[in-house]
Amino acid sequence: MSTLEIKNLHVSVTTEAGDKEILRGVDLVIKSGETHAIMGPNGSGKSTLAYSIAGHPKYKITSGSVTLDGADALEMRVDERAKAGLFLAMQYPVEVPGVSVTNFLRTAATAIRGEAPKVRTWVGEVKEAMAALNMDPNFAERSVNEGFSGGEKKRHEILQLELLKPKFAILDETDSGLDVDALRIVSEGVNRIKGSSDLGIMLITHYTRILRYIKPDFVHVFAAGRIVEEGGPELADKLEEKGYAEYITA
Amino acid sequence: MSLPTNYLAPSGREEPWRFTPLNRLAGLLDTSVELASTNSLYASALPAGVSIEIKKSSDLGPISSTTDEATLRVRQAAQEVTHVVIAENAEVSERIVLKRNTADGQPEATRVLETAEANSHSTLIIENAGNAILAEDIEFSLATGSTLNLICLQEWGPKTVHLGRQHAVIGKDATFNSTVVTIGGSVVRLLPTVEYSGPGSSAELSGLYFATDGQHLEHRMHVDHNVPNAKSRVNYKGALAGDKARTVWIGDVYIRAAAEGTDTYELNRNLLLTDGARADSVPNLEIETGEIVGAGHASTTGRFDDEQLFYLESRGIPADVARRLVIRGFFQEIVSKIKDEVIEERLMVQIDGELEKVVS
Ligand SMILES: Nc1ncnc2c1ncn2[C@@H]1O[C@H](COP(=O)(O)OP(=O)(O)OP(=O)(O)O)[C@@H](O)[C@H]1O
Ligand SMILES: [Mg+2]
Repeated sequence: MSTLEIKNLHVSVTTEAGDKEILRGVDLVIKSGETHAIMGPNGSGKSTLAYSIAGHPKYKITSGSVTLDGADALEMRVDERAKAGLFLAMQYPVEVPGVSVTNFLRTAATAIRGEAPKVRTWVGEVKEAMAALNMDPNFAERSVNEGFSGGEKKRHEILQLELLKPKFAILDETDSGLDVDALRIVSEGVNRIKGSSDLGIMLITHYTRILRYIKPDFVHVFAAGRIVEEGGPELADKLEEKGYAEYITA
Repeated sequence: MSLPTNYLAPSGREEPWRFTPLNRLAGLLDTSVELASTNSLYASALPAGVSIEIKKSSDLGPISSTTDEATLRVRQAAQEVTHVVIAENAEVSERIVLKRNTADGQPEATRVLETAEANSHSTLIIENAGNAILAEDIEFSLATGSTLNLICLQEWGPKTVHLGRQHAVIGKDATFNSTVVTIGGSVVRLLPTVEYSGPGSSAELSGLYFATDGQHLEHRMHVDHNVPNAKSRVNYKGALAGDKARTVWIGDVYIRAAAEGTDTYELNRNLLLTDGARADSVPNLEIETGEIVGAGHASTTGRFDDEQLFYLESRGIPADVARRLVIRGFFQEIVSKIKDEVIEERLMVQIDGELEKVVS
């Protein structure tokens, strides 16, 4: 049983006009096996939260803490956070020209597992995971995310989730840009991983559609850089109906 | 052969020499220094259909004209020429390997002529290693319907000064593909140049260079579209790291009035890995006819993409490994043209090594 704990997190970005505070005191505790949905208007800081936990250098933590089983995640380098069990499925996965998916996956798995996966079992493992996500085997030889469609990029993120087996996954709008079938396939993938590994999930989304597949235990409303309301799955339905108007009054 | 009366050692103000550190050329352009006439490229074995002969320069003169001072010096000093001939219709599947491993560091001049006879197909690898002070004039003559793939590797030692011209005259329906890799050397200035002697001909000039502390690596492309319906593609990629690492890339493409139906594109990308390095990139397209298929160029010079590094690191990959992956990835499209796993991996390992030296 692991715990990811975010306490009073304040985060700024540097702009030409000086530092701008984006996160203004985020509190959230996620335990293994739990799924937390985070919903909130555009620009409210959801991706900022995700990137800050993963350690993107652009975001400056001004106060607060992020701990993983008591260990200070903010003190860790980006790769150390991943090794400690954090995984971020990005809203906009990055293209890395000239680096093949196979090479990338193997290098990542080697780093996370602390030893190179055995060639024989690894090839099968990748093939199987790709097949489960309905990914053409040809993707293995292509450059990471280069020329992938929006939906293909998202599948590739979940493929990594499956192979790297983290303790906690942050899924930043993994459902955006997926067609109906892909949404089901990707959701089934997440559920499969969760079923086999007690994964804790922070699921950032704008739509209740994905929540019909990946059932959240908790729903949090995110507005203006903090969590402003918490509830069960029924909160998502209320948001879908009424929008965020009541949360963004100044 | 004596130097043309108009030969003047460059002063550094001339356009072709304005980027070059003339004080580091170890006498190669200095008329008071004598250049030894050498045939320093050698082949250990030759595939069927290929012959090499050393001939007198007076019996086998140059096939192209030039104003390049270094080449003029070679033509004056070289008594002999290494003549490589690929026989008519020969399908040479095995690679022709020419090596050079010079250690004595005497200023030398070498002339090479490679003749690809009609409808021959071959791949030539030139591997340069060791420490040399070399001025070199290599010409490629491609007869009708021939294909010549050139892979030219500069894995020089740190003291090398290399001024070289690699000029191809491409005949009707012939194809010249060259891949130039320059990693080693103190000063390397290469002129990969092309002219056409018949329509339907095509040239693909690819290259990569990686300059670290104090290295000056210069590539001056010149593509002369002087016949109709010829094609050219240029793609050079460079990385620079460390104090006073210097690269120069010049891409001159001329489309003459007669060259209707020309299709050309040239590209140069540079990656600055640290402060203190400088990349000059000057694409230059001159067009005398509008009746062409296409003509374009692009040049970019940028830094490591932090988003790429973050993406890789967020998957547990340590920063140094991530940088190596990104650099290898950057060069991959050029290196993959070599199609020889042993050489490709050897080059990648050297690139890793160059990177390690300067990025901590
Ligand atoms: N460099 C910057 N300069 C100014 N503002 C910035 C900068 N970087 C981020 N921001 C702002 O931070 C805010 C939060 O952005 P973030 O991407 O976290 O929002 P989000 O909740 O994920 O939105 P979406 O639902 O559209 O994905 C936005 O208003 C954004 O414009
Ligand atoms: Mg976002």
